[in-house]
Amino acid sequence: MSPATSNVADVLAGKSICVCAGAGGVGKTTVAAAIAAGMAARGKRVVVVTIDPARRLATSLGIPDLGNEERLVEPQRLEAAGLAPNGELWAMMLDPKRTFDELVERRAPDAATRDAVLSNRIYQELSNAVAGSQEYMAMEKLYELHEEGGYDLLVLDTPPSRNALDFLDAPERLARFIDSRSLQFFLAPGRRGLRILGRGTGVLFGVLKRVTGIDLLADLSDFFQSFGDMAEGFTERANRVNQLLTSRAATFLLVTSPQSESMEEAELFRSRLLDDGMPFGGAVVNRVHDLGLAADGDAKAGGDAGEHADLERELAGALGDSLAAKVVRNFEDYRALATHDRASVERLRDRLGRGESLILVPYLDEDVHDLAGLAAVGEHLFPA
Amino acid sequence: MAHVLDKRLLFVTGKGGVGKSTVAAALGLLAARRGKRVILCELAQQERASRVFRDEGIGFEETELASGLAGISIDPQRAMEEYLRTQVGSRALFRLLFENRIFQYFTAAAPGVREIVSIGKVWELAQLERPWTKKSSRYDLVVVDAPATGHGLGILRAPRTMRDIARVGPIRRQADRIDTFIRDSRQTGIVTVALPEEMPVTETIEFRVRLLDEMKMAVDAFVINGLYPERFSGKEARAMTSAEATSGSDGSLARPAMRAALAEHHRARTQRSQVRRLRKEVDGAVTLPYLFEPELGLAEVERLSHELERRL
Repeated sequence: MSPATSNVADVLAGKSICVCAGAGGVGKTTVAAAIAAGMAARGKRVVVVTIDPARRLATSLGIPDLGNEERLVEPQRLEAAGLAPNGELWAMMLDPKRTFDELVERRAPDAATRDAVLSNRIYQELSNAVAGSQEYMAMEKLYELHEEGGYDLLVLDTPPSRNALDFLDAPERLARFIDSRSLQFFLAPGRRGLRILGRGTGVLFGVLKRVTGIDLLADLSDFFQSFGDMAEGFTERANRVNQLLTSRAATFLLVTSPQSESMEEAELFRSRLLDDGMPFGGAVVNRVHDLGLAADGDAKAGGDAGEHADLERELAGALGDSLAAKVVRNFEDYRALATHDRASVERLRDRLGRGESLILVPYLDEDVHDLAGLAAVGEHLFPA
Repeated sequence: MAHVLDKRLLFVTGKGGVGKSTVAAALGLLAARRGKRVILCELAQQERASRVFRDEGIGFEETELASGLAGISIDPQRAMEEYLRTQVGSRALFRLLFENRIFQYFTAAAPGVREIVSIGKVWELAQLERPWTKKSSRYDLVVVDAPATGHGLGILRAPRTMRDIARVGPIRRQADRIDTFIRDSRQTGIVTVALPEEMPVTETIEFRVRLLDEMKMAVDAFVINGLYPERFSGKEARAMTSAEATSGSDGSLARPAMRAALAEHHRARTQRSQVRRLRKEVDGAVTLPYLFEPELGLAEVERLSHELERRL
């Protein structure tokens, strides 16, 4: 049986935020961009925030460089690719370091604090670190764009990681770090911290000093001091981002491949979202091997030998014996993949529950890295 | 140059989804077959490489996976615990520090801490005298199933970063030791994995440049994974194109079969242009065949290890 697939437009009805999550290499960026383009074609004013797009895709979207400003994708480019926008498609490539700096600039109570934070070595490492701050800043940018209004829909591509859950965990880890400013009492003993925390603190400080070296402690202490009251603002902001993502305006789409490990992850991701009170919109299974056979043709697991012998005879007339044999051999290989992928998708459907949206994108003949490729993916995300 | 398997530490990296874990496992098997005592290290708690050998997780224990091949999944928190224990000495003091909640929050999120303790553990495994553990097990080779290129570079750079932050003191000395080992091309090697597709090849090329710029390190082996066979010639493809247009009654498999063949031909050609593109930039990229198996198990990884043996 050919499973009915959903339409992304239905999943996104009434939503103003769509987060595309998934493990590295499954095609998140492509799917996010194709969703944005498809929704723009349906009359929405859409912005897609990408993290690390392929250069050709970035170029064809008209965002060749990192930049924290959204840019309008020229309608002519979209029309030429068959993606005529009835709305508008905007795109930007997130610069996490700049987003972090801008956040500090906005939050700092005065210029001296701002400069102290921006020049602190711990801050520089923190804001430059690939792991952690990318995720946090992606959330931050999302919130900012949402607050500014101006778009009907924000589509967020998430940072490349092995694990989709990283995206949910990393911001919290970072917020906790910033909020661990109470540690400065240990780091700078002799101030009121010692009195509050009691005698154990002096010992603890001694241990820390021995393990880390005094310089590192001094830098950390400076960092937490200059960050000072801003930390509260960060925590509060993180809470509001959380509220936004748990609201009805938002939905998460999981992008996955038909391989079993990605599928297991999809399930984990969904239950984690539910635990966190975040809305799971459905799964996009990308690069599904699909031979486009009639339903009963695929149901015979991998075809059978007799059928393939008949096929070989049929092809031999037009192609000759040796080419016909090769074509059949190739077909058998692909049929095995298609059968596996179909079973995988069915398993995912069972595990997620029949009520969840599942959208299948076949393994296309071409790598997707331009607008024409997005249009091809879009045909499957938005089936007629 | 020493053979890549004669180093003590190998990092296997590449874009997400290209088969890093498979290649890491195949390299581990190959080295073990050559009589080396090997450990396969997984970061980021994914346990993908070890799953090829056993269904149950391995965790932070050094676990036998196959003859001559052990595995470990590095948990940064546990690695830090191990390291701090050796630094603090006293058990009571260690507990005072480690069980402090604020300290836990802090270390879980402080920039670079997870990276530095993970790579520190990898380094520890590669030492003849294991400084953090009292273990006598020695490995000739540590193969790391490293994170994707961006984070992978972050991990390799972590000791330098920590060195610069700490300036003086015990952390600085430790970071220095790790950094020196990693950047010593006799000890440590880098293997990149790509699929013969535009984005992974681009990422490999960019990684190589950044590794040289930022770390003064070279890539030791470039692996192109999942290369389709060239089953059909151009002439055969033309014959199929014209036959496809005319043949096939309803329900016949002839047309889908020829479509699949033409798609395969097209992909195989596109892939080869990506292989050429990489080879224009780097010397000696080796290819591994695409295996028409939906899920790769031990038999497939063994097959790939033999392919690597022939080509590396």
